Amino acid sequence: MTTAPAVRKAKVRPADRIFAASTIIAGSLILAALAAVALFLLAESIPALIADPAELPGSPESFWAYAGPLIFGTIWAAALALIFALPISLGIALFISHYAPRRIAQVLGYVIDLLAAVPSVVFGLWGIKVLAPALVPLYTWLVDNLGFLPFFTQPVSGTGRTILTVAIVLAVMILPIITAISREVFLQTPVLHEEAALALGATRWEMIQMAVLPFGRPGVISAAMLGLGRALGETMVVAMVLSPAIVITFVLTGSTNSNTIAGNIALSFPEAFGISVNTLIATGLVLFVITLVINSIARYIVSRRKAFSGAN
Amino acid sequence: MSTSTGSPRETTSNGIVNSLTTGRLPRWAPWVILGASWLVSLGIFTLMAAATASELNIVLALVVGTVLFNIAIYVIARLIEGPRQATNRLVTSLVASAFVIALLPLISLIFTVIATGLARFDLAFFSNSMRNVVGEGGGAIHAITGTLLITGMATLISVPVGILAAIYLVEYGRGRLSQAITFFVDVMTGIPSIVAGLFAYAFFSLIFSDPGIRFGFGGSIALCLLMIPVVVRSSEEMLRIVPNELREAAYALGVPKWLTILKVVIPTSIAGIATGVTLSIARVIGETAPLLIIAGFTTSVNTDLFSDRMMTLPVYVYTQYANPGVDVDVYLERAWTGALTLILIVMALNLIARLIARIFSPKLGR
Repeated sequence: MTTAPAVRKAKVRPADRIFAASTIIAGSLILAALAAVALFLLAESIPALIADPAELPGSPESFWAYAGPLIFGTIWAAALALIFALPISLGIALFISHYAPRRIAQVLGYVIDLLAAVPSVVFGLWGIKVLAPALVPLYTWLVDNLGFLPFFTQPVSGTGRTILTVAIVLAVMILPIITAISREVFLQTPVLHEEAALALGATRWEMIQMAVLPFGRPGVISAAMLGLGRALGETMVVAMVLSPAIVITFVLTGSTNSNTIAGNIALSFPEAFGISVNTLIATGLVLFVITLVINSIARYIVSRRKAFSGAN
Repeated sequence: MSTSTGSPRETTSNGIVNSLTTGRLPRWAPWVILGASWLVSLGIFTLMAAATASELNIVLALVVGTVLFNIAIYVIARLIEGPRQATNRLVTSLVASAFVIALLPLISLIFTVIATGLARFDLAFFSNSMRNVVGEGGGAIHAITGTLLITGMATLISVPVGILAAIYLVEYGRGRLSQAITFFVDVMTGIPSIVAGLFAYAFFSLIFSDPGIRFGFGGSIALCLLMIPVVVRSSEEMLRIVPNELREAAYALGVPKWLTILKVVIPTSIAGIATGVTLSIARVIGETAPLLIIAGFTTSVNTDLFSDRMMTLPVYVYTQYANPGVDVDVYLERAWTGALTLILIVMALNLIARLIARIFSPKLGR
């Protein structure tokens, strides 16, 4: 300490090294885990991809003929859910961030977050026992009066176990995530922009149109995509509520509906054996890739504006 | 936005009228219109119900009343205040309606779960398993122990890994590796839970070359995959808000970096980290799909994570619903009680998280 003040490097203690190394290992473990997910799913899928299609469940012409209706059903259900959830979430987010009185706004936020705390299996039970029977009269009415549309052709489902019911429950489940992120983004609108708009005589809605929505657009887009990713992978609601069939159909109110990848796995996996297990894992891999792509795009949009990162 | 989008406010003010409030609806107007439209709608529906001798659908009546209100406020505001104010009022009521619409399923769900779940919310439910139970009776003790064991094991693995990774990102991370970790942690939060279950199955069935493998530890691994990103994100956020002055003060006193982190940074942010961990437990404890695949289902108590099938509460709810016996109602009652128990556990965890955040958070003077 008292010797010549030569350029000295900081003393490296062994404990420092061990600690730093263990944090690096933990971080790398996460990357390794993600790589392992892709690797092991691929390894278990290959038997199904190279097998004779006749051995696959239902003996389709090829693996893709088996997976096609499932992929369609997955995207169709998730897209419907997003269509229902997005406007309502934006409304709630605006209500909490710009309309509700400051004092109760936080409480209202908690209430919406409560929806996120309900386990999916409970939503499934509620969907099949409460919502589906309640929607049957509506479906009958839709088919009777709007039957000329391709979405509501005869016959109507007598149980309400349709893709529309599934989409509504999924919409309720993705509401909280879209609301939470949009709310954060809306709250970050520069106050000066809002005050400038109001000072020019804008009404509150005109202020939101001019200042809040343009500022929040990237955040809202990524929130919607994160919600879409959640809806794509949701399993139990589909497995419990839907009455599935191996078809590609746009009909919303019938009793034959396209199943989703996740729902099909949950229904078939407990009894599956041999090559059908590999087939199910291969469809799981497809689902993994779809959600990975959608989430990556969403995260990319978010990361361009760091402050929007509302993911918790 | 120009002034020419005229408002019919050219009231000939003869002295007494306040020019700021003319041409405006009074503050109580929306509430009166809302009440009036609900009353009108309820009246119409009561008449219709009386005419067709069917039951009065109050919810539908209120929904129609709310739609009526939206139309009424727009028309009235347009006549009195002009188109710009009318649009503003319409949007305000639409936005408030969106909030109420979102509340409907929440209220209905909680009401149903409590009303139907209380029937079997008794001692037998928490002391019996489903072993040799065919009809009435039976309980969920096997599912509750399974849930606690599997989630506990998942927590034991996820928390150290997650917190260390967060420390790396905040205290050490520079360059490519930390960017990659940040990005892939974000991506990992979006992994569908069923894919996590499939991964655990693929991993262990290949390692042990047992295509019918089902055991509790696999479930813990699947849950880890869902839990780690949540722990990393929340801990990272908490570590970042620790003021740099604290670290610099420690370095100035000659404290090594690892001790600074362990003795200064972590104690300062421990409340936030604990909150995040509790919330992540709440998130995974309700997961059904991965456990259905890798932990399977059974009717008896199994306390060994490393062998044999293990029941968990969410899977219990699912199997009681999906594979009922002859007397369906008894099985459904158990399913609802299981759902009630699950919701109570999740709510309790959320409450604990908020309490931790409130009680133990350091007073930073903000």
